[in-house]
Amino acid sequence: MTPHRGRLRLAGFVRRETPPSARAGIAHRPVQRFPPIDTQPHNDTLVEIRDLHFSRGGRPIFKGLSLKIPRGSITAIMGPSGTGKTTLLKLIGGQLKPERGQILVDGVDVHRQGLADLYRLRRRMGMLFQSGALLTDLSVFENVAFPLREHCKLPERLLRTLVLMKLESVGLRGARDLMPSELSGGMARRVALARAIALDPMMIMYDEPFTGLDPITMGVIVSLIKRLNDALGLTSILVSHDVQEASSIADYLYLISDGQVVDAGTPDELETIASEWSHQFLKGLPDGPVPFHYPAPDYLTDLTEGR
Amino acid sequence: MLGPLQRLGRWGLGVFERLGRGHLFLLRILLSLGVAVTRPRLVIKELYSVGVLSLLIIAVSGLFVGMVLGYQGYITLVKFGAEEALGSVVALSLVRELGPVVTALLFAGRAGSALTAEIGLMKTTEQLSGMEMMAVDPVKRVIVPRFVAAFISLPLLAAIFSAVAVMGGYFIGVGLLGVDAGSYWSQMQANVDFYKDVMNGIIKSLVFGFVVAWIAVFEGHDTVPTSEGMSRSTTRTVVHSALAVLALDFILTGLMFGDI
Amino acid sequence: MTTRTIEIAVGIFVALGLAGLFMLAMQVSNISEYRNTDGYTVHAYFNNIGGLKVRAPVTVSGVRVGRVTAIRYDPERYQARVEMTISANHDYLPADTQASIYTAGLLGEQYIALEPGGEDDVLVHGSEIYYTQSAFVLEEIIGRIMVNMTTH
Repeated sequence: MTPHRGRLRLAGFVRRETPPSARAGIAHRPVQRFPPIDTQPHNDTLVEIRDLHFSRGGRPIFKGLSLKIPRGSITAIMGPSGTGKTTLLKLIGGQLKPERGQILVDGVDVHRQGLADLYRLRRRMGMLFQSGALLTDLSVFENVAFPLREHCKLPERLLRTLVLMKLESVGLRGARDLMPSELSGGMARRVALARAIALDPMMIMYDEPFTGLDPITMGVIVSLIKRLNDALGLTSILVSHDVQEASSIADYLYLISDGQVVDAGTPDELETIASEWSHQFLKGLPDGPVPFHYPAPDYLTDLTEGR
Repeated sequence: MLGPLQRLGRWGLGVFERLGRGHLFLLRILLSLGVAVTRPRLVIKELYSVGVLSLLIIAVSGLFVGMVLGYQGYITLVKFGAEEALGSVVALSLVRELGPVVTALLFAGRAGSALTAEIGLMKTTEQLSGMEMMAVDPVKRVIVPRFVAAFISLPLLAAIFSAVAVMGGYFIGVGLLGVDAGSYWSQMQANVDFYKDVMNGIIKSLVFGFVVAWIAVFEGHDTVPTSEGMSRSTTRTVVHSALAVLALDFILTGLMFGDI
Repeated sequence: MTTRTIEIAVGIFVALGLAGLFMLAMQVSNISEYRNTDGYTVHAYFNNIGGLKVRAPVTVSGVRVGRVTAIRYDPERYQARVEMTISANHDYLPADTQASIYTAGLLGEQYIALEPGGEDDVLVHGSEIYYTQSAFVLEEIIGRIMVNMTTH
């Protein structure tokens, strides 16, 4: 990477450190950090999924899934466990290949790219894994520095500044010398978040960011996602089954079940227009269209049969 | 009736599938080997955990193997009044067979299993996947340096093993059992041919290094990302490496020394 | 563990490995013989070389002075032609030196023993050793003894 890029990146940073009042204005301005790969005019959709089919081990996971993720917003994709939400993120990131259908990210078909182009695209995508996926043999500092070291030849002092700024933005500048094994789950996720924004991506994908956290940490993560999205002009894709937290920050919700989108809308819209299934899911009702009981023969006959 | 046949067939297909994946993976490694030249520091770091940390076990084992060879060789040779030939017996068995083979077996147990466990853990904790999403190719960043380090380490370790073992044989044969020091070394030099014996031994350990490194990184990368999957992969690395080393040793010995 | 310590440790490791290789080459094997090629080559014809091999030692009074470099069968003389290289510092061997193939010990390997004669001329590069004694073949000797015993 050329030093030119490094300067641009730093410029992006300075913007972030502006006071909140100024920040709000910046968030609405389309932020363009990198020259676009394609010459296609920029529309409002960053990620578009068209008629996605995917199955694993003979079991269909997506059956014609289509959705659009608007630029600059937080979009939550929700659904019960086992609906392939993580798989969806891996498909968007190009780690898995769909059987049918297309995924366009910033107008580029992810699965029609050569390896080099795919890697170039991935530099502009951040992903936060559920476990954090920190490199266990590197310290917190080195973990955040990792993508920078791999992709750009920066002088050590500039690198240090950048890493400390990223760490500061997740509130962990003081934890720079800790090893990943010394971090709590929430801290690991915050470090991973600092690492995900290290290359100033255009989007971040969060894989179940709220799972397994205590309420305080959860609150920290929720507000971080919101703050980073607004301050950096990111597009955030949130995959979760934590209805409360997700709908509290998401601009738009997709509910997926059985390989397809069941309902979509803003949180307020879903309150009113949601289908019966979505209603059950959003409210966490134990019985409804999704029955409490796994399909079984009649209870009474089953019990008496054994005699 | 057809049940066992079907199981056999499924097992066979599974073996071929794994072999195929293993070779494709090897191809990816070989195509990415350039990173070992452009970023030698990555290799050096792995040389430490693969080579330096194996040094002690190799040296100690070498010493004991050499001392046992000295004893056993002496006991047998003294019956024919040929204890002067002890040096050549010790050295020939070491440089031709024991050095490369025992080192490769120990190396598979010490470093190969550690490599598999390390890579497997990185896969299980999504570190490899995370690297991919950071646009860093894990084959280049993680696999190739480890593969190259293992491949380089084994011949060096085998040489250290043989050298230490020759000294071990000397301690026992000359120091303890009273074989003449001069004839120990001169018999050795008279009967060990540099090209035919030493070079062939080095070639053997290069081949073993390649195979053990390949198996170890493949098993790690191919592991089922659970703790049970990892333990199975680690076991497989040791077992498959040992079998591959012994089988290849037979073939190589036939090719190298078969014409006598 | 700092990078520096790791690099030093790796350096030591590689140095040890190379030292091991060096020892195997210099101390254990015969590479020094390959290296030491300055010498002169003489040849001799034997009726029977027994189990003599290329690279077998050539000695004078038991002291090693060279080695056998080539063995081939000469179809014109119906004899085995043995070439041997003798180190340059042993340039005093008389031209009428005799070469015999002996066995080291009862089961040991075979070697060539040179017995110096009395001429003033010395062996030089390309000379032929005229006086040779073939290898001692056990069956032949036993056969001869048997014949002697039956004729008596």
